[in-house]
Amino acid sequence: MDTILTGLQPAFQPDHVKVWFKAAKVSDFPKNGGACVKYKNKQVAVYYFERKDQWYACQNACPHKLEMVLSRGMIGDDKGIPKIACPMHKKTFSLVTGENLNGDLDAISIYPVKIEDNFVYIGFSE
Amino acid sequence: MKTVVVVGNGMVGYKFCEKFVAKASKEAFKLIVFGEEPRPAYDRVHLSEFFQNQDAKALEMAPREWYAEHGIELITNARVSDIHRNSKTITTTADATYTYDYLVLATGSLPFVPPIEGVEKEGVFVYRTIEDLEHMMAYANKLKAVNPDAKAAVLGGGLLGLEAAKAVMDMGLEPHVVEFAQKLMPRQLDIRSSKVLQVKLESLGINIHLNKATNQILGDTAITGMEFGEDDTLDVDMLVISAGIRPRDDLGKTCGLDMGVRGGITVNNKMQTSDPEIYAIGEVALYNHMIYGLVAPGYEMAEVAVSQILGETEVLMSEDIDMSTKLKLIGVDVASFGEPFMPVEKGHSILFENKTKYLYKRINVSHDGKTLLGGILVGDASDYNILHQMYLNGIPLPENAEDLILGTRADGGSVFGSAMDLPDTAQICSCESVSKGAICEVVKSGECNSVNDVISCTKAGTGCGGCKPMVSDLVNETLKSLGKVVKETICEHFEYTRQELFGIIKVKKLQTFNEVLDACGAGDGCETCKPLVASIFASLYNDTANKEDVIQDSNDKFLANIQRNGTYSVVPRIPGGEITPQKLMVLGQVGEKYNLYTKITGGQRIDLFGAQLNDLPAIWKDLIDAGFESGHAYGKSLRTVKSCVGSTWCRYGMDESVSFAIDLENRYKGLRSPHKIKGGVSGCIRECAEARGKDFGVIAVEGGWNLYVCGNGGATPKHAVLLAEQIDNETCIKYLDRFLMYYIRTAAPLMRTAAWLEKLEGGIEQLKAIVIDDSLNLAEELEHDMQGLVDAYECEWKQVIEREELQSRFKHFINSEDRDDNIVFVPMRDQIMPEPWSTN
Repeated sequence: MDTILTGLQPAFQPDHVKVWFKAAKVSDFPKNGGACVKYKNKQVAVYYFERKDQWYACQNACPHKLEMVLSRGMIGDDKGIPKIACPMHKKTFSLVTGENLNGDLDAISIYPVKIEDNFVYIGFSE
Repeated sequence: MKTVVVVGNGMVGYKFCEKFVAKASKEAFKLIVFGEEPRPAYDRVHLSEFFQNQDAKALEMAPREWYAEHGIELITNARVSDIHRNSKTITTTADATYTYDYLVLATGSLPFVPPIEGVEKEGVFVYRTIEDLEHMMAYANKLKAVNPDAKAAVLGGGLLGLEAAKAVMDMGLEPHVVEFAQKLMPRQLDIRSSKVLQVKLESLGINIHLNKATNQILGDTAITGMEFGEDDTLDVDMLVISAGIRPRDDLGKTCGLDMGVRGGITVNNKMQTSDPEIYAIGEVALYNHMIYGLVAPGYEMAEVAVSQILGETEVLMSEDIDMSTKLKLIGVDVASFGEPFMPVEKGHSILFENKTKYLYKRINVSHDGKTLLGGILVGDASDYNILHQMYLNGIPLPENAEDLILGTRADGGSVFGSAMDLPDTAQICSCESVSKGAICEVVKSGECNSVNDVISCTKAGTGCGGCKPMVSDLVNETLKSLGKVVKETICEHFEYTRQELFGIIKVKKLQTFNEVLDACGAGDGCETCKPLVASIFASLYNDTANKEDVIQDSNDKFLANIQRNGTYSVVPRIPGGEITPQKLMVLGQVGEKYNLYTKITGGQRIDLFGAQLNDLPAIWKDLIDAGFESGHAYGKSLRTVKSCVGSTWCRYGMDESVSFAIDLENRYKGLRSPHKIKGGVSGCIRECAEARGKDFGVIAVEGGWNLYVCGNGGATPKHAVLLAEQIDNETCIKYLDRFLMYYIRTAAPLMRTAAWLEKLEGGIEQLKAIVIDDSLNLAEELEHDMQGLVDAYECEWKQVIEREELQSRFKHFINSEDRDDNIVFVPMRDQIMPEPWSTN
C-alpha cells in the first residue's frame, strides 16, 4: 500500500521533467487503448488516441479503491476532454487535469508523454 | 463565530446540516452534530432494503467524509444527557460539555411499545434502527436453524408495520400482521382499499389479522404466541412491534421547555421552542398540536430552522401540512392524498375497484364536481403525481371527473393534459420543495440541458424519487418548447437510440468503431457507446471480442471477469451442467496448478478465481487442450442453460431436460446481447432447474414443452411468462430464435428481457403475436439472422491461444515481464481470497 501511495503525486508541467523515461516502441501500444508502463516502483498507464494522434499518461492506480487497473480501462472523451474510465466501477478522469469527471474522488497524477524516433517517452520529476 | 449544536443525526438532522452548510459561511458558524447511533444518518424510509443487500453504507444520507469536508464536527455513538439553558451548554453521557449559541433538537422518536403483559420476552423486537434489524436477523437465523417453518408476527398494520412484515418475510419467516383497527394503514386507507391491499398481501403470503387487541404475549422466557381473547391465540416465534411512535422529548422536558400534553416539544412557525435559542425539528417537534411522522414536513422544518438561525426571518413553516404519501409497499403501489376519507357534507366520492387485479381508486370531489379534495390509490399509483398536483393547486376537474381514475374511454389524449399546464408555483418535489417554475427556469436559462442536469442542480427527485417521472416530463417539454430535440440518445457521441444505431450499422455494413464514428458519430466515443457498438457488431456479425478489444467492456476485453483486487475469474462452459469425471479432474488440476479459489456457480458450472492477467492465456491453454471452451461468463451474452436431471434418471421426469439444455446452450453460446441472458430447462413442473427465473425457460409437460420468457433473478426478481404451450423441440428452437433476435435488435442497452417486455407496447400478447403469429412479417429474417450467428460461432479463447498476436494484451506491463506486485492474497478456509480493501 505504501508503494501505491508514494506513486501518487500532483500533475506537473513538462518543463519540470527531469527524466524522460524511454518506455517502449510506439507499435507496442494498442491504438485507441491503454497499456501499463513500469518505471522504478511506479505503474503508469499510457494511452494512445489514434484519431487525434494524441498520447496521455497517468497513474495506474484508481483513487477509488487503489487497484492498479486504470491502464485496462476504456478511453474516450467528455465534451472534448480526453478521459479514462476505470474498469472497476467506471469512475472517469480527465487525462489533461486528472480530475474525477463523474464524482468527487481525488484527482489522478498526469505525466507528460513525448514521441521520438518511434519510441514513447514518459516524463518524471525524479 | 457562532456555534450551532444539533442533537440527533437522523434524516431530518442530516437535512438540517445539508441546508445549513449550503447557506452559511464556514467562518461565521461552527456546526457540531451528535448522533447516538454508531453510523452517520441513514435513510430510515428504505430500511427494509437493508435485508436485500445488507449494505448499511448504501443507505447513508452522506458518508462520514462529507461532514468533515463541510467543516461539520460529527460525534457519533454519543448521547446528549442534559441541556443547561442558563449557561447555554449541553453535557453528554460521557460528561463532555459543549457551549452553543443555537441548539437544534432533532432527536426524532422512539417506537411506541404498548404495555402488554410479556413484551419483555425474548424474541420481541422493535423496528427502527439498523441495529434492530441486525438483532432480528440473528434471532430469525437461530429460529430457522431449529424450525424451518418458524413464524413471525408484526404488531401494527400501519406503514412501518407492513414494511416490517416484508422484512420478516425476507428473513424466511412466515409473516403475520396483527392490527388493532379494522383496516390496514388506518391513517391512509378506507375500509374498501384496505380490503384490496389485504387480498393482495395475502396473495404474496402475508397473513393479516385485523380487529385484534393483544392481551398477552405467551411463552416462558421466549415468545411462543400472542393471546387476543379467550380461545383466540396465534402461535408465533418472534414478534416485531410497530405500533406507532412517541417523540423523544426527554431533553426538552428536563430543561423545562413547553411540552405537549401527550409529549412533543412545542414549537412555533419558526420552529422555535419556548426558549428562542432552542429549535426543535422533525418527529420530536409538536407543531399545530401534531407530531408529523413523514419525511417531507421534517425537511421543511429543517429548512425553516436553518433560515431562522441565519436571519431570514420571513421563512416560516406552512400553516397546513400536506400529509399525502405515495409508496411502494412490498411491490404494491399505495398512495393517499388530501382528504382521503371524506365526510358527506363536503363532497362526493368516485370509486373504482377491481379485486381480481388488486386495484382500488377513489377520488373525492366537491359537491359541484369542480374541485379535487383528495383520494386513495392502491395497486396502481402511476397517476398519483398529477392527481396530487391537481389537488394542491386547485386545478379545475375535467367534465367527466371519473376519467381521472378510469382513463378516457374515447380515443385520443390523456385526461390530465400535460404537466406543463400546472402553475409555476406547483410543488413538484415535496421532499426538496422544488416548484415547477424552478425546474423550468433552469432549463430555460440554459443552465441545464437534461434531466440529470436538472436533478443535480435543483435536487428535485433526490428524496423519495417519486416525482422523477414528472421532473423528466417537465424538462423534456420545456426543452421541446425551446426547440431543442429531446431523445433518449446513447451518449454525447451518438444522437441515436440503440435501435436506430443498430439499423444504421446494419444498413451501412459498418465494421469498426472508427467507421461508425465517422459515419454517424462525434468525438472519440466513451465507455457507454464503445461497448454498445461492440455488442451491435457481435449481434450482427458474431464478431468475437478479439476483433476490436479496445472498445470492449473491461471483462470482454480480457475475456474474464475482473475481481475486487484486479485479478480475474475463469469460467469454462459446461453446457447444461453436465460434465465427465475426467473434465472435472482437469478443472481441479488447473485450479491447483495456478492456486485459484474454486467455487460452484449458480449456473451449474465452476468458477476459478484469483487468476492474474499474465496467467490467463496459459490457464486457458490447459483448459482448451482438455476440450473446454469459453463460458462467456464475462460478457453480455448467453451465460448458461441450467437443467435438472430429467427423464434420463429422474422418476418424475417427463422429457430429457439435460439433452435439450445442452442443445440450447450450444446453439446460443457466444450470442452477444444487450444484457446477459440465462436459460433453464426443467423435466417436469417441479421445476428443479428454476427455468421460470430465467430469460427463457422450458418446462416439460404432457405433450411437449412449455416455453416461458422474460424472467430473471437478481435485484428485481421476476417470473418468466408463458409464451407457448406443448410445443416440440423444433418449434421451441424456432420461437426462441425469433424471440432472442427480436430482443437483441430492439432492447435498450443493459436492459434485461423482463424490463424489455415491460416496455414493449402490448406486452406478452404483442410478443406472442410477433413470435408465434409473425404479425410483423419478420420471423423469417429473425430466424435467418440467428442461424447466421450460430454458424459464425467461434470460441474466442481458442482464437487467443492459437494466434500469438492476440496474447500481448494479457501482460500487466508493456515494458516488463513483472507482475503487479500490489496483489496480495490472504488465506480463507483452505483457499485464497483477496486482501480486503483498505479504503471505504
